[in-house]
Amino acid sequence: MGAISKHGPWALVGALGAAALSIVAIERGEAVNALWLVVAAVCVYLIAYRYYAKFIADKVMRLDAKRETPAVRHNDGLDYVPTNKSVLFGHHFAAIAGAGPLVGPVLAAQMGYLPGMLWILAGVVLAGAVQDFMVLFISMRRDGRSLGELIRSELGTIPGIIALFGTFLIMVILLAVLALIVVKALAESPWGTFTVMMTIPIAMLMGVYTRYIRPGKIGEVSIIGFLLLMAAIVGGGSVAAHPVWGPAFTFTGTQLCWLLIGYGFVASILPVWLLLAPRDYLSTFLKIGTIVGLALGIAVVAPHMQMPAMTKFVDGTGPVWSGQLFPFLFITIACGSVSGFHALISSGTTPKLIANEMDARFIGYGGMLMESFVAIMALVSACVIDPGVYFTMNSPAALLGTTPETAAAAVTKLGFAISPETITQTAQDVGEHTIISRAGGAPTLAVGMAHIISSAIGGKAMMAFWYHFAILFEALFILTAVDAGTRACRFMVQDLVGLAVPAFKETASWGPSIVATAIAVGAWGYFLYQGVTDPLGGINTLWPLFGISNQMLAAVALTLCTVVIFKMKRERYAFVTIIPTIWLCICTLTAGWQKIFSADPRIGFLAHADRYATALAEGKVLPPAKNADQMAQIIFNDRIDAVLAAMFIGLVLAIAAFGILSCLKALRASSWTALESDPRAVPAE
Amino acid sequence: MQAGQNLMARWKTLSKCVCDGAKLMVGQGDYAAYAEHVRRTHPDRQPMSELEFFRNRENARFGVGNTSGFRCC
Repeated sequence: MGAISKHGPWALVGALGAAALSIVAIERGEAVNALWLVVAAVCVYLIAYRYYAKFIADKVMRLDAKRETPAVRHNDGLDYVPTNKSVLFGHHFAAIAGAGPLVGPVLAAQMGYLPGMLWILAGVVLAGAVQDFMVLFISMRRDGRSLGELIRSELGTIPGIIALFGTFLIMVILLAVLALIVVKALAESPWGTFTVMMTIPIAMLMGVYTRYIRPGKIGEVSIIGFLLLMAAIVGGGSVAAHPVWGPAFTFTGTQLCWLLIGYGFVASILPVWLLLAPRDYLSTFLKIGTIVGLALGIAVVAPHMQMPAMTKFVDGTGPVWSGQLFPFLFITIACGSVSGFHALISSGTTPKLIANEMDARFIGYGGMLMESFVAIMALVSACVIDPGVYFTMNSPAALLGTTPETAAAAVTKLGFAISPETITQTAQDVGEHTIISRAGGAPTLAVGMAHIISSAIGGKAMMAFWYHFAILFEALFILTAVDAGTRACRFMVQDLVGLAVPAFKETASWGPSIVATAIAVGAWGYFLYQGVTDPLGGINTLWPLFGISNQMLAAVALTLCTVVIFKMKRERYAFVTIIPTIWLCICTLTAGWQKIFSADPRIGFLAHADRYATALAEGKVLPPAKNADQMAQIIFNDRIDAVLAAMFIGLVLAIAAFGILSCLKALRASSWTALESDPRAVPAE
Repeated sequence: MQAGQNLMARWKTLSKCVCDGAKLMVGQGDYAAYAEHVRRTHPDRQPMSELEFFRNRENARFGVGNTSGFRCC
């Protein structure tokens, strides 16, 4: 009787989930309602949270409600504060949610929604949420230390340094790819460019307001900022249509690239209160609001999936990105199912704020389930639009040409019939000159979101508004990440160079700060410029590199988790982290290897470089290069990318080797060797 | 009457939770809890003013050497 009342409702949830999944997977010939994807996902999350996360909490971690957390032990009212579980969940989710889970699934949609959906669900339950939860647990048991410190203390100094260096490289690639998404979204779009540029004076106004006029009033200044933003979106439509201002705000990708590089440099030296902090309010609240709005929109509109469950591009011939389903689907989806970056957040501020150990499951595992749900919504948004429009927006210009007629012919030839009129009409509906070759995920997602939200509010007349709202929402938090990330890179550079030249560590003096900022901006700016001028559209090169680096960081974090499980002498449960570690290693190593050595120039960097080198030797010039110098530049870029991929492979192999050694050592030890802070009971009230 | 008060109390708890959550998302902790903590554990010290606390938290989030304001992908 007890077992039935305990597990009975969960069995029903499981049955509902299984039914929804089978509808999504089996139904053919008729468009599936997107709600079935949502129902299937929610049921999977509930079951995983109730059973698998509980198993990890009880057996692997043995969470103890009576044990002091860092927040209780070091309570200072500032960095260490016991915090309400729901409040902390919001904080943690806001910190982990970003552009990744929105863009990855949109790109993955070229293979149809089913492969992407299955990996988003399986990946989060078995890898992503496990990683976030385990790292949170490990950091929480060690006074809230950071990932770098944890690796150094549990695995050794050398793995610690390797991991830190890897984090820097990953950050550079991340910033470049994020900036590229903004460039792709704003190129040749005066409306979008105007609204995004307006966020700078709006944020500065808010900064002055919170500094001098009404200090500390975040709520009211955010409302003022939000209203100004909405006015900027509405005004953007008139600016774009204006005979003088329209062209003045129309930039090519290369021009935007230089603007962003200049912006990144200036923004990261300005005082934080003036630009970064106020824009952070806007981007955080807008992000949470838009995610909630999108969820409501999908629930109300209940759109049908237009994309097939699986397209023929699972064989690796897709136009959006190259490579077969294995390993490139897993690399492409990245953050929605498992993200190494979350290990940095789970060992950042969150573990210092947990009031009770038992809350860690909700915050760590639950927070990541929520992020995965965002990925599912992004996938839905990309798949409810006409697949012809999807491929028009995401295929490179080299394939489509630049006119609606050539694009329609090329996409129809791919097997997704579309007319030139539909392309022109869609561009008009969203208030853009063109939708051809707008890769990068953001514009596609914006069209999908505009499609869903305008069906609920405003109809077709509001579609252009919602499109630019969605572009603004993504650009805003990407710019915040570029700004904060450049700052973080600058401090890393100052630390690294400071090892050799101690004076360089002086973060308050201008000389070193400017030099370090220039190095940081130069690093991501190089890859951004390379992406903007890339013959295959940039995303094709940079997104896989980003995916590989991100999944690799996850493999490093999960290796740390495995070592800690062995050191706690609970190795019989180590499969919890070993299985995802091995899977991620297989994916990143295979993908990295193929990116370097594949004979297909669409995939392999070296093969691509060889093709250009051969042509150059024969005195030919291949597009988009216009002369021999540009040819040489493309060849050089390819080789740099190959070296980078090789470094990522080396890094993952090194950490895995150190991890195996540490596990064997722990296995031979007769007792517990993990380095937790002393357990202390919570003092009685 | 009783039910009405109960509902009011619940509404207050909920709105405080939402406000605290929104503030913590941008790195601003609970000032009242901080002031209470300092008064209780260090009666000899003067807690920072609400404005000092706000600036302290802003710097802690984005200031020199700190990356906690860095957002993920």
